[in-house]
Amino acid sequence: MNPLPPPNTPGYTQALLADDPLWLTIIKVVVVFALLLLMTLFMIWLERRVVGRMQQRPGPNWNGPFGLLQSLADGLKLAFKEDIRPTLADFPVFFIAPVISTIPAFVAFAVIPLGPEVSIFGHHTALQVADLPVGVLVAMACSSVGVYGIVLSGWASGSPYPLLGSLRSAAQVISYELALGLSIIGVVLYAGSLSTADIVAAQASGWYIWLLPVSFVVFAISMVGETNRAPFDLPEAESELVGGFHTEYSSLKFALFFLAEYVNMVTLSAVATTLFLGGWRAPWPLSLWAGANEGWFPIIWFISKMFVFLFVYIWLRGTLPRQRYDQFMRLGWKILIPVSLVWIVAVSALRVLRVQYGTVSAPVVLLIGFVVLVVAIVVAVLLPDRKPADEAPEEPTVVSDYPVPPLDLTVPPPPPRRRRSVPEAKETAAVGSGSPEKEDA
Amino acid sequence: MTTSTGEAVAFWILGPIALAGGLGMVFARNAVHSALWLVLTMLSLGGLYMVQSAPFLGFTQIIVYTGAIMMLFVFVLMMVGRDASDSVVEVLRGQRVAAAILGIGFAALLLGAVANSVVVPLATGPAPGSNVGNLGLLIYQRYLLAFELTSALIITGALGAMVYTFAGRAKAKVITQRERVTERLLGPLEKQGSRSGPGVFATGDSVATPALLPDGSIAPESLSSIIEATARERLGHSAELAHAGDEHDQHARDHEAHHGQGEIQGSQA
Repeated sequence: MNPLPPPNTPGYTQALLADDPLWLTIIKVVVVFALLLLMTLFMIWLERRVVGRMQQRPGPNWNGPFGLLQSLADGLKLAFKEDIRPTLADFPVFFIAPVISTIPAFVAFAVIPLGPEVSIFGHHTALQVADLPVGVLVAMACSSVGVYGIVLSGWASGSPYPLLGSLRSAAQVISYELALGLSIIGVVLYAGSLSTADIVAAQASGWYIWLLPVSFVVFAISMVGETNRAPFDLPEAESELVGGFHTEYSSLKFALFFLAEYVNMVTLSAVATTLFLGGWRAPWPLSLWAGANEGWFPIIWFISKMFVFLFVYIWLRGTLPRQRYDQFMRLGWKILIPVSLVWIVAVSALRVLRVQYGTVSAPVVLLIGFVVLVVAIVVAVLLPDRKPADEAPEEPTVVSDYPVPPLDLTVPPPPPRRRRSVPEAKETAAVGSGSPEKEDA
Repeated sequence: MTTSTGEAVAFWILGPIALAGGLGMVFARNAVHSALWLVLTMLSLGGLYMVQSAPFLGFTQIIVYTGAIMMLFVFVLMMVGRDASDSVVEVLRGQRVAAAILGIGFAALLLGAVANSVVVPLATGPAPGSNVGNLGLLIYQRYLLAFELTSALIITGALGAMVYTFAGRAKAKVITQRERVTERLLGPLEKQGSRSGPGVFATGDSVATPALLPDGSIAPESLSSIIEATARERLGHSAELAHAGDEHDQHARDHEAHHGQGEIQGSQA
């Protein structure tokens, strides 16, 4: 066994976890699995309650205290439903697609550090299943493999709406994974490591959300795109594609898709917490107390930060309408990716200046930022304005006898004929509804 | 260099899977199945890299090849349609012979390379320092030129594909909403709007023409409140709604005439 490196150096958690006995790893895996399942049940309940409150209705409040057991009941009901297999489905792929989408969602959570070093049954270990030197990439890889489930399910269903949903999903993933990857680079540059535990350790002096706000915003937006949640839920857009990729799915297979969606939300929220909100580190007023970052307390901070993200997910769903597909693609390719590219160049330039010359202090950075800002404003002022909107709309010439509503149409009074025809319509209705009464008599 | 037990076990599990994926890719009839077999091969290769203590390479393989490139393939294949299978007709003359010769040549090259590495074992062990750092130094310092040239090649390829796709195609004129409305009003419903359905005996396509009930009276449901409430002069269309000499929609013409005076009679009355 290798000797442990000193605490709080890169690779410490990795070495600590490498010494875990097998039973401890199994316990951790089971606990993380159960945690994710419970979070899914709780999230479904929370979402329905919160969206209900936003829409001025109570939401599920019947089964169990505050309706907490509603999602459990729904899950049980789903399991006992008939499993329908479409005739045109490509069965092997149809069968394996929900599995592909569920497993990676769970796997990604293994690299999330839930807390610092603790002692479990006398063993010193970290509250994390595994710490790889490329932990962040594991989360990325899992999300990119998980999307295969969605894409394949739509293709294998053998029906047009799911196919459209999966086409959208494929395009969406290709574009938003780029933005997601680019937003992580800033964090990796500053932390100097791809390991999640090291990234949390590097945020001891300050969270990266303050240092890299642009990366954070890009990550937060692409996170919603990556999980197919409103307003980016184009693959399952129920008002356009029936149910999108899962139209043809029922029973447990459908439940697996549902599970995958919520576990993905939880996992990506956990990744965002780890990368930008300091992971399990206590927030400011609490961090003044030295004991807040030790022992088992940090799990509380971690889960509360995660719930901030989860609440925003629900909030978005409750407030924003679904984006149109081209708007969504434009946002990804023309805004998020260029912005992150420019941001990365700026961040790495600053890093190089700091590392090589060492004397770049805060005033110098501010001065450079000020100069850049002034140049940007001057350029913006010099740029010609957009051409004004074309002149007052002219009346379209009408040649044929096609009737034209006038352009300055005010809401007209109801036509006299309509008013007169109302009682007549009632009479007809009475005649129509006469027969059942006759039957009753 | 020796192989540890864990490495050997992983190799004997992942190797056959990768091989099966490759064979499946070649022999699968369905294009999407083919792509999926290839995904399996790539995942096992990624796993093999990880076992060889190159986790960065392994996960990059999964993210880039499985996540992005194969996703593009699947995207295109799904566009082609789910029932599209290989056609057995040889389109290019001598294609199979050429493919066989090139394939054998490539196999010989690969065998030579593998045999070379078996006979002359690699002297260097893993370099000190981190995986990512070493790769970065190699790509961005030692092989910078090759890397830049490759990326230039790829960008040129992508741009070229776009130029070929869009060149020679007349730039489509963007029709504004206003133009569309004007066209709709101008045209005798040639481009926009709809004509009466087959089997409908109608002499006017206008929305102002009310529908007739079987007894010849006007169906009140077919009247549009906006058009009814608008003075005829404002509507600006010429008096003749239906063709002259057609008696079938006499009621409709009567209705039009009344409408013109701004007073509408209940036709059912």
